[in-house]
Amino acid sequence: MIIETSALRKSFRSRAGRETKTVEAVRGVDLNVAEGEIFGFLGPNGAGKTTTLRMLATLLEPDGGTAVIAGADLRKNPGEVRRRIGYVAQGGSTWDDSTGREELVLHARMYGIGKAEARERAAKALETFELAEYADRRCKTYSGGQRRRVDIALGIIHSPKVVFLDEPTTGLDPQSRAHMWGEVRKLREMGMTVFLTTHYLDEADALCDRLAIMDHGQIVAEGTPADLKQEVLGDVVSVNVRGEVGKAADLFDNAEYVRKLETTEQALRLYVEDGATAIPHVLRTLDADGVVIDGIELHRPSLDDVFLAKTGRSLRES
Amino acid sequence: MKFLRDTWLVFQRQMQLLLRNPVWVIVGIIQPMFFLLLFAPLMKQALNVDGTMTDARAYQIFVPGMLVMVALFSAFSGFGIIAELRAGVIERNRVTPVSRVALLLGRSLRDVVQLLFQAVLVTLLAVPFGLRVGVGDALLAFLLVGLMTLLLSSTGYALGLTLRSEDAMAPVLNTVTQPIMLLAGIFLPLTFAPQWLKNVADFNPFKWTTDGVRALFAGNPGDDAVWQALAILTPLTVLALYLSSRVFAKSVR
Ligand SMILES: Nc1ncnc2c1ncn2[C@@H]1O[C@H](COP(=O)(O)OP(=O)(O)OP(=O)(O)O)[C@@H](O)[C@H]1O
Ligand SMILES: [Mg+2]
Repeated sequence: MIIETSALRKSFRSRAGRETKTVEAVRGVDLNVAEGEIFGFLGPNGAGKTTTLRMLATLLEPDGGTAVIAGADLRKNPGEVRRRIGYVAQGGSTWDDSTGREELVLHARMYGIGKAEARERAAKALETFELAEYADRRCKTYSGGQRRRVDIALGIIHSPKVVFLDEPTTGLDPQSRAHMWGEVRKLREMGMTVFLTTHYLDEADALCDRLAIMDHGQIVAEGTPADLKQEVLGDVVSVNVRGEVGKAADLFDNAEYVRKLETTEQALRLYVEDGATAIPHVLRTLDADGVVIDGIELHRPSLDDVFLAKTGRSLRES
Repeated sequence: MKFLRDTWLVFQRQMQLLLRNPVWVIVGIIQPMFFLLLFAPLMKQALNVDGTMTDARAYQIFVPGMLVMVALFSAFSGFGIIAELRAGVIERNRVTPVSRVALLLGRSLRDVVQLLFQAVLVTLLAVPFGLRVGVGDALLAFLLVGLMTLLLSSTGYALGLTLRSEDAMAPVLNTVTQPIMLLAGIFLPLTFAPQWLKNVADFNPFKWTTDGVRALFAGNPGDDAVWQALAILTPLTVLALYLSSRVFAKSVR
């Protein structure tokens, strides 16, 4: 495991008027991230994603708990952790009046890299992230997507083992987001472990090898997107039938592949592990008994259903 | 070694940005120019109590005040660091193993270079008005205001990192710098002040700087005011650098 955390905690004291309130931002996070994977942190605003990342990136001292990142202990040896990780902040990190190339060279040099090599690395990173064209323009002239790509290039200029990306695609248009997904996959191909946060369901689903769902400072579920969705209750096959729904339902009493069955006035809802293989069975069973089918629909659970099942709220609403 | 390299790195970057935006340098020059053109003649008359005041003498009193005033403005460095905090630049530096003290010192040294440039320019501009000053004396005077800049700019950075907002910073700075400025005898030497005001001003370290710089511009490097200014500024500068570094290292752990 390239990242292992145990019982990581952080609370903030904030003043609201005269009262001081304590916000428990992160309440005991245990995580295991394997080398070479894209690991996602999915959660609503204020869940504690950034706080966790900032702790792992040595920017915030945890109140409690331990973490080992790329073999270095976060509490005992933050200097070594810094050398082995890259971090891209949620709010970006480029200076308006610098050019992308200058930022990259300087950042590389802050890691102790020599001048010539820093220039070489900057040129290569600009190439990789398709920024060469704008490299010598000031950052304030960049589009949101270009600027975000400079941020990511900065985060990996020293070839870290692990790179933390805090909401790499927030605020980008759909095309730039798709582009960014490609960049993130490139990082994995380069052999880096990517730890990113997002509150986009589709992003977590499409981009992450594994993910943890976070809510109110705690991890409520962890696994591959497919496993997590399976865990909820599997796929749902709804069949609209003509005639008596109850009688049609009885036909599935002994069907082992059906985990749960619900009926509405007109339809049967069958919860099954895999909808695609279940549909032929369902059709055959109904057909054999002469039930007339008006329509059939397959609903695959989304990560939102997972979030709903775990927290009782929808991620879209929170 | 690493510390020196890191300091150089930060300094270089800051210089590069400064030169890219010379508007600040220009503003820093125009302001003293206004004083030279619009205020110095008035002051010359005011100082001309016994009718023996010459242009040379008047500018030997006036230019040191200008230099100390420009140096005082380096306390406003804190505004720059708040902008950098907001842009995420400081945080980006913090995740690297770069020396925390270098992050401070590289910036403060940039401010010193900027001040020295302004100081030389103001001095040269005053020459056609009648200023006469020895090169050695002027260099020693620049050392004094340079130290003062190191002291104030590092304090300003620490203040910026602590307050983290321009809205909190502006009133604090104005409240602190205004009495310091008035009590430094920048515009009129405090020789005209009532005794109680002189007594209060003695507690202002920059009053001693002004006196020292004036003695140097008057061509008296052996004057007590010169060593007194150095003896007061040096430990204060070391202390300010030490404390500001601690703030820097702590808030940018
Ligand atoms: N410096 C701070 N001082 C006080 N409270 C803070 C501070 N930083 C974060 N918090 C609080 O901690 C909680 C978690 O914040 P965090 O930024 O980690 O959330 P997040 O999951 O990254 O949210 P988002 O998706 O909006 O970025 C929030 O309630 C936030 O207000
Ligand atoms: Mg966040």
